[in-house]
Amino acid sequence: MTSTPAESTRPDFPLPVPSEDGAPFWEHLRNGELRVHRCTSCGRLQHPPRLMCVQCGSTEREWALMSGRGTVYSFVITRQAVHPSFEGHIPYATVIVELEEGPRLASNLIDVPVDEVAIGMPVHLAPTAVSDEITLPLFRRA
Amino acid sequence: MHRVAIVGIGETEYSRASGRSETRLALDAILAALADAGIDRTEVDGLMRWSVDTTGEEEIAANLGVKDLKWFGEVNQAGNVGAALVTHAAAAIHAGLANVVVIYRGVNGRSGRRYGRGEVTGRRGQGGAAYTEPFGLLTPQHGLAMLSRRRMHEFGTTSRQFGWVAVSEREHANRNPRATYYDRPLTIDDHQDSRHIVDPFRLFDCCLETDGGGALVLVSAERARDLKQPPAVIRAAVQAGYSERGFVDTAAVSTAPRLWAQAEVRPSDIDVVQIYDHFAPFVIFALEDYGFVPRGEGGPFVEAGGMRWDGGSLPVNTSGGHLSEAYLQGMNQLIESVRQIRGTSTAQVADAQLSFCDTGIGTGAIILERDR
Repeated sequence: MTSTPAESTRPDFPLPVPSEDGAPFWEHLRNGELRVHRCTSCGRLQHPPRLMCVQCGSTEREWALMSGRGTVYSFVITRQAVHPSFEGHIPYATVIVELEEGPRLASNLIDVPVDEVAIGMPVHLAPTAVSDEITLPLFRRA
Repeated sequence: MHRVAIVGIGETEYSRASGRSETRLALDAILAALADAGIDRTEVDGLMRWSVDTTGEEEIAANLGVKDLKWFGEVNQAGNVGAALVTHAAAAIHAGLANVVVIYRGVNGRSGRRYGRGEVTGRRGQGGAAYTEPFGLLTPQHGLAMLSRRRMHEFGTTSRQFGWVAVSEREHANRNPRATYYDRPLTIDDHQDSRHIVDPFRLFDCCLETDGGGALVLVSAERARDLKQPPAVIRAAVQAGYSERGFVDTAAVSTAPRLWAQAEVRPSDIDVVQIYDHFAPFVIFALEDYGFVPRGEGGPFVEAGGMRWDGGSLPVNTSGGHLSEAYLQGMNQLIESVRQIRGTSTAQVADAQLSFCDTGIGTGAIILERDR
């Protein structure tokens, strides 16, 4: 089986740095939940999270729990490393998962050989802790 | 109303190791462009630059002996701001804020800072990168490959069609002695046999890495008539920043309607096209999103030879583009779009009246015309 870049233990691996607009997203993941910015005014789900709703302009938001089910919307396979911290993980696939609730997010698939990745493949969430603070929303084949 | 023209073009040699500083490259290109225009260096009163470059306007102005730098600026984003710089410079001249504006750059893009490397472009997981970089989306190539894959899925565009972009451009480069790949032919099999870098992009889908400099000199169209070269008059110039759009859309969905309305021409009126080809499929996507061909028909168009200078109905990237001439991130293509108006390209389109240049994923474009 193939590895995912998130298994890298190198100090230069670009771990997420939670920001003002996105800190709750990472806090919920640490508890194993994928929660997405939902505007409490118009109900729009948006990812990545922002300070405002791009649809209605409201600054009021809540964190909506996702089912964790989705499909592969697009993907690329990096076959030549462009960053030293990823060199040990070539080739690796990066996918855009479209959640059944609508939002799309970038991720990697655990235990899926890169040549089997395909648009439309059903996947489900597999929260994966990579540090004390950070749990990444990775996915497995459903 | 001051119409504005590009009256001077200059470039250095294109190489993999320039052996000199980025400032030196920029100055060499500027001096060439001013000599081309027939304008003395001390007349320059405006400077515009790519924000990603290292050479500031004060250093350039001090070297040139500029007496009074009345207008200067840069456009932030990445490489794809060439048309935006033309837009800003033209606006300054139009408003009477400056008379002679030089747009310049000098980059050691191969021997120095390499744009395709995560070390340069990576944001170390901060801001929006928190949601992309940990999963290995590190460089512009990654996001563009992701868009390309989905677009292939939705419209049936193929890697082989990407290949015909690369082959057509190589044919143009083989006519252009300045081009990096002047003496190296490329076949469709060469393209299809080349390794993947970020799949679906193959090696020959990817632009060159280049050391070099380039410069443009802009003045009012009235002043242009007294200068050495036939002016390339700016008929339209647009830029686009962030806008909410679909996953497979380029920014041309925003810029194209504005561009054609401003120019008061249609895509079918254009004689010759330059498109920012950091990656080959974006030639196809730009042809579609600017309206030269309907969505899904760009691939078949290039496969049938439509973008070739020799026999194509709409020659594209006539100097060899970023894939085969040089990667000066739009600058060399802006220069080529001027050459086409002057009639001096090595793949000259006969009697070209309207010359189109996109400088990146639809985020900006200009249309040049001959002086009337």
